[in-house]
Amino acid sequence: MKLWIAFWNILVKDMRTYYLKPPNISWGLIFPLAWTSMFFIKSGSGLESILTMLPGVVAVSILFGTTSLLAVTVTFEKKNRSFERLLLAPIPLEVLMLAKTSGAILFGVANAFVPVIMALFLADLSQVVWSAFVPAVFMIAVASTFLGLFIAVAVSEVFEAQTFSNFFRFPMIFLCGLFFPIEKLPVLLKPLSYVLPLTYGADVLHGAVHGGHAMPFSLDLSLLGAFCVGLFAMSLWNIKRKWIL
Amino acid sequence: MTDAIGVEGMRKCFAEVEAVSGISFSVRQGELFGFLGPNGAGKTTTINMLTGLARPNTGSIRIGGIDCTHRPRAAQHLIGVVPDESNLYPELTGFENLCFCAALHGLGKVERQGRARELLDNFGLAQALNRKFGGYSKGMKRKLTIAAGIIHKPEILFLDEPTTGIDVASARQLRQLIADLHRGGTTIFLTTHYIEEAERLCDRIAFIVSGRIVRIDTVEHLIQPIQEKHVVQITCANTLSDIEGNLSESFPELECKTIGQRVIRVEADEPVRVGPLVRFLEDHGVEVSEARRMRPSLEDIFVRITGIEADAMRKEKEKAGSGQ
Ligand SMILES: Nc1ncnc2c1ncn2[C@@H]1O[C@H](COP(=O)(O)OP(=O)(O)OP(=O)(O)O)[C@@H](O)[C@H]1O
Ligand SMILES: [Mg+2]
Repeated sequence: MKLWIAFWNILVKDMRTYYLKPPNISWGLIFPLAWTSMFFIKSGSGLESILTMLPGVVAVSILFGTTSLLAVTVTFEKKNRSFERLLLAPIPLEVLMLAKTSGAILFGVANAFVPVIMALFLADLSQVVWSAFVPAVFMIAVASTFLGLFIAVAVSEVFEAQTFSNFFRFPMIFLCGLFFPIEKLPVLLKPLSYVLPLTYGADVLHGAVHGGHAMPFSLDLSLLGAFCVGLFAMSLWNIKRKWIL
Repeated sequence: MTDAIGVEGMRKCFAEVEAVSGISFSVRQGELFGFLGPNGAGKTTTINMLTGLARPNTGSIRIGGIDCTHRPRAAQHLIGVVPDESNLYPELTGFENLCFCAALHGLGKVERQGRARELLDNFGLAQALNRKFGGYSKGMKRKLTIAAGIIHKPEILFLDEPTTGIDVASARQLRQLIADLHRGGTTIFLTTHYIEEAERLCDRIAFIVSGRIVRIDTVEHLIQPIQEKHVVQITCANTLSDIEGNLSESFPELECKTIGQRVIRVEADEPVRVGPLVRFLEDHGVEVSEARRMRPSLEDIFVRITGIEADAMRKEKEKAGSGQ
């Protein structure tokens, strides 16, 4: 009960102070909107292409929405020392970090549905397998949040967190099969795709939206789950090692 | 009864700096224990290790009977911490900050709001309840940080220089509050560089210099050896040069020491006769502007044991404080 009170209040405080601020809300909306419009317009091949673009746009929206926020909720708070307050509270580190990240996960999921809602007006989404799409969105949000956490913990300045996460984010747009199938990548780059979590999430999204997926959903989601666990564990290890000096 | 804090051979290095060099001490339950030392002595580093924000390189730590040596955060439910710098959330109001800190310790909504109001009242911050913490003055920030450290009524409270950077009236109010908490049974570990503060508040004091504890004792025991001494402090208008030796030769019964460039401290077992001293000085071209009998204080002991001038320590600190 006590833990739950702490967990809930950390989450609510982060949501109120960081996520639900007008700049963040508008950023959270505008960014996916911009991506969506850009790709839909650029593809130029008519409205049918919306279904092939949608998975990529959804994944990008989640990736950018979540990773940007961790730089604030974690790196910034560490820098101005308010994070020490959390470390001084009687909360296991795992619970503490889940509380710090669950807001970003929710934010990521919300971001994912901006392009979906837009697409609803432009295309026929009746074929979409929602029972695979929704879990995939959630798992991508968790994995990108934990990737953001991993980066946020590894650096000490907010700008470093932003730079470092771009180092991951932009290559992932091209390497994870969001807009171009992985088979079309140069042979040398292919192995890279399979060590990036987004590859598996994007595969499920493609499968759920237009049926073109390379691996069974259950395998994709399990691998994504394994990435989540791994990234979270590494982040905790880093916190213990670097922040509890 | 187990000790509230037990430390054995605790050592901490940062790269090439040895911040704390193998210190051992214990704090009894309900005791107000003072940690007194100059800048960079290792006070904050010690608090960080005791509160789970840092790991010692060697040594052991027990807090409230719990072995925290390998699990630095194991005793978090017993402790409250007031860090040397305010670290609350600038974008939350004073009231929200306190409620949030209470929630971190699992207090229910009604209880935490009640405690927050009570503390804001006690600290004279009721007017600023709904103002953002970021807009508070330095003293207000300090007070709210202290309130945040005690909102969950911890058994053991760590205070890192609580009265640095706040006005005299507030400092006095704070000392009163610390004394009240102590009376109420809270164990308090207080670091400070204000010797009078330590003398007035603490049951026992440890002097720490360059990461080493040079002395731990009760205030009475510390003061005792000089209680019977007679001390006179002479302030001069012009700069002294090499007068110490001359004085000792002419007045062998007195122990004379120059402090800084214009002050001479004279100690003796018998009452000091000021007249001959002043005459001697003026004959040697020293213009005396003041001669004062002093009550021996903890400050004298501190100077004696550590060789550090208390005034210098205070000034240095204030400079550092105003520079922030
Ligand atoms: N994170 C750190 N990295 C490197 N050196 C450190 C670190 N923290 C403390 N030190 C060094 O350890 C020594 C003790 O510092 P500490 O902050 O404990 O002193 P202090 O007694 O609290 O001083 P002050 O009165 O100025 O607050 C100093 O030499 C300081 O430079
Ligand atoms: Mg300090």
